[in-house]
Order: sequence, then C-alpha cells, then structure tokens
Amino acid sequence: MILSLAAVETFIGQFHILQDINLEVPEGGVTVILGRNGAGKTTTLRTIMGLTPPSRGSITYRGKSIKGLPPYAIARKGIGFIPEDQGIFTDLTVEENLLLSTRKKDDETKSRWHMVMDIFPDLKEKLKQKSGGLSGGQKQMLAIARTLLNDNQLLLIDEPSKGLAPIVVARLADVIRELKKHTTVVLVEQNFALALAVGERYIIIDDGSTVKSGVMSELGKNKELQRRYLGITAPSHGGKVV
Amino acid sequence: MDTFVNLTLNGLATGMMIFLVASGLSLIFGLMGVLNFAHGSIFMAGAYSGVWAYSKTQSFTLALLAGMAVGIVVGYLAELTTVRRVYGKPVAQVLITTGLMLVLNEVLKAVFGPNIIAVSVPPLLAGSWDLGGIIIVKYRIFTIIVGLVVAVAGHFILTRTRIGMIVRAGVQNQEMVQVLAINIRRTFSLVFVSGAALAALGGIMMAPALGAVNPNMGLENQMLAFIVVVIGGMGSFVGSALGGILVGLAGAYTAWVFPEASLAVNVILMAIVLLLKPNGLFGMGGGRNA
Repeated sequence: MILSLAAVETFIGQFHILQDINLEVPEGGVTVILGRNGAGKTTTLRTIMGLTPPSRGSITYRGKSIKGLPPYAIARKGIGFIPEDQGIFTDLTVEENLLLSTRKKDDETKSRWHMVMDIFPDLKEKLKQKSGGLSGGQKQMLAIARTLLNDNQLLLIDEPSKGLAPIVVARLADVIRELKKHTTVVLVEQNFALALAVGERYIIIDDGSTVKSGVMSELGKNKELQRRYLGITAPSHGGKVV
Repeated sequence: MDTFVNLTLNGLATGMMIFLVASGLSLIFGLMGVLNFAHGSIFMAGAYSGVWAYSKTQSFTLALLAGMAVGIVVGYLAELTTVRRVYGKPVAQVLITTGLMLVLNEVLKAVFGPNIIAVSVPPLLAGSWDLGGIIIVKYRIFTIIVGLVVAVAGHFILTRTRIGMIVRAGVQNQEMVQVLAINIRRTFSLVFVSGAALAALGGIMMAPALGAVNPNMGLENQMLAFIVVVIGGMGSFVGSALGGILVGLAGAYTAWVFPEASLAVNVILMAIVLLLKPNGLFGMGGGRNA
C-alpha cells in the first residue's frame, strides 16, 4: 500500500471531526472518498497532509509513519495536495505559481514543464498574467499543473469539480485519467458521475468514520448503498460525466 | 527658487531617512502583518551599538555593519523567543511586542546608559556643497542614495527572486505554501530578521543626522514608520519608499510655511491617502495571515 490510515481521529478545536478513519490506498489508480456534506472527507485529506494533525491513530506512507510531520515535510516525501479552493496565489502570475511549486532545476523538471504545457495549452498562453484573473476551470487546471511539476507519487485532490461548468468537468475527467498514468490519486468528489468515471476504488465516510470500501464498479450497481450513504436516489447519469 | 530646491532636497533626505526606519517595518508589518511594537527598540539598538562601534573604531562602515549585526541578533532572538508564538494573533502581537519593547529599552539603558550620546557626521560625509546659493548637505545626499539602494534592492528581491515569490505567496496563503513543500516558518523568520537588520540600519543612519542618540528616539520614529507603511500600502516596499518621501516633503514644506503643523501634517497626509485609497498608495488588496 502506498498510503494507510488506521483508526485515525482528528479534532478541530473541541469538535471531534474524524472518529475512526481507516483507509488503504494501493499504488496506482484513483481511490475516491465519498460521503455526505460534513462527513469528514476534506478533514481526512487535510489530516493526511498534516494541516489538521490527528490526535490518535496511524498514518503511513510507503510503510513509514508521516503522523506528526509538518505539511512541508510530508509534501517533500512526494505527496501533492489540491485543496477545494485550489490554493492558487492570485497575486502571483501563472508562471510564478508554477515556478513556486518546482523543487528542482534539473532536466526532469524541464521535461515535466513541457509536459504540463502540452496538457494545459491554456496556461501556456497566460503565463505572464496574474492568476487571479483566471476562470474557475483554468484555476483548477493550474492547481493540477502545479502538482505535476514534481515527482509526486500520491495526489490528494479535494472536490475538483465543485463550481465548474459541465463541459469543464468533462475536461477534468480527461485530465484525471491522464494523471493516473503518472501518479496514484486520492480523490474527494461529490459529483458521483465523475467519481464513477475515473475511480477504481472507493471508501465511504459517514459521521467521521469509514463505513464502506470496495471496488467502484460495484458501488455503481449498488443503489441501496448509494441511497443510504450518498443520498443518491436518481440515476447517476449512467456513469456519464456531465 | 533656491529656498524651494533646498526644502525639496531636505524633504527628500528626511523622507529617505524615514523610509530607512520604515523599510524594516514594511517587511514585518506591511508584508507579514505582524504588529511589531518593538521595531523602534531594534532601531534604537542599531543606533546605540553603531554609535558605540563608531566611537571605538572611527569607521562609519564598521559602525553600519555593527549596528546591523546587532539588529540581526536582536531580531533573531525576538523572533525565536516571542514573535514566532504569536503569528496570526494580532492582539497577542501588540501585547508581547510592547513587552519586548519595554525590556529592550531597559536593556539598552543598562548597557549604554540613560543619557544622550553625541555623534558627529563622519568626516568624509561632513560639510556641504554650495551650488549657486543652493546648499546641498553631503550626508543628506548619502542618505538619499542609501535609501534608494535599499528601496531598489528590496523591490528586486521581492519581485524577481524565488525568496521574494515565497514571501508574497506566504503572505496570501501560508498553508498552501507549506503544501508546496516550502518551510514558510523559516522564510518568515528570515523576513523578520531582515526587517530587524533594516531597522538597525535606519538607526545608525539617523544617528549622525540627529547629532545624538537618546533613549526616546525609538518610540518617536516608530510611529512615523507605521504612518509611512500605511500611506505606502501594506505589503509594498516601493510604496513605503514613496510614503517616506511624501512625509519628508510634506514635513519640509509645512515647516517652512507653518512650523507648528509640521508634525500634524503626517497624520493629515495619512488620513487623506486612506480616504482616497483605503489600501494605501500601492497596497495589496489580499489578506495576510502571518
């Protein structure tokens, strides 16, 4: 397993947000974290990243504990994080946002830069612009592009489709499929159609605890589970990303 | 006309002197958002130690280096022991840095004594040039040059280097900078220490212009520095330089026309700028969270 969480508990102030999170992420592919609003999905990603450190339990990355490490040290181990609000530095240019995330100046980074420019041609045209002027979709692409500039072996992505137009969500699905070729992805997603389209495995979190996990295609067929934990009663667009 | 040119040169020199005091605060308060009420004490530590070094070596270069070295040490210790614990907590910053100011002021009195210590302008920079009735004081020109060098260098570092990029990003979103594998705490410590070094530089530069150092100079100049940073705009190094020049010029012209109002004009200037541009002349609109 590339990432394992066992009996993780996290408090935010006096609130016991995560009560019993157990998560096994194998190398490669996309593991989707699902659950209702307020279930603890975002806090799970922030806890892995060290932004809201856990009070109990264990978090191991490639067999070594990362619990208690500061976020920058966790990131240096090869874990990238894209928060729900994308975390773009709007006062900086697109180019500066990208440069800031590069950790080396070697040939590999240069080739990654060219790869990113090929995947996101929109960004190439806007390198000198302040990133605050980008559209929501472009900001999301910039956030993903930043993580691709380094040799990140695990990407944590929090609700990338939130607030995006359907056509941009379809493009996002393509990008996540591209990401799978380079890295392991843990994706928090409310858009079930998108989750179904890109995910291989899932875990469901409810009230701060892991309640189910398994193969995504099976969840796609299990309407009872969808209704019970995700509140999905209508057909999920037949798995079509819209 | 001669009077106008003289007043303008005096105002520019005073403005640059104020900017040198405010430049460190521009980093610490303007960029990082840390309300450092001990800034004037660090400025004074630089002034006193620089004057002491000058009296021992007769070298103004060594005095500048000694003053800045003391500023770096005091800044480093202040950040390590107190300021680091109150990042993001403005009320705690006011309380703890006020306490730090009182402690530093007493330490300076204990080390250098409570009396005024006279200091003269270094011989190389003493005197003036007479250009057809326009008297140009050499030390003022030196001050303008040093101020410009600091302003340009500071602006260059903040806008053209990786460390500057990290600082600007950290001001906007500390958490996200850490997620990009950057130790933002270390960067902010460096910024705080740099600000302290600039405060100390301001202190030793101002000492010969005043002709003496005294135990009240820190507090007197600290308020002026806050005014300059607010006028220039939070987070803008060039804004602080322009703010310093505006305050210097306004003070010089007002002192000629209506001397009693030369101090009040700074506050009036700040009020006018804030009414017209609430973020200051070059202020960044974004929030800061240090």
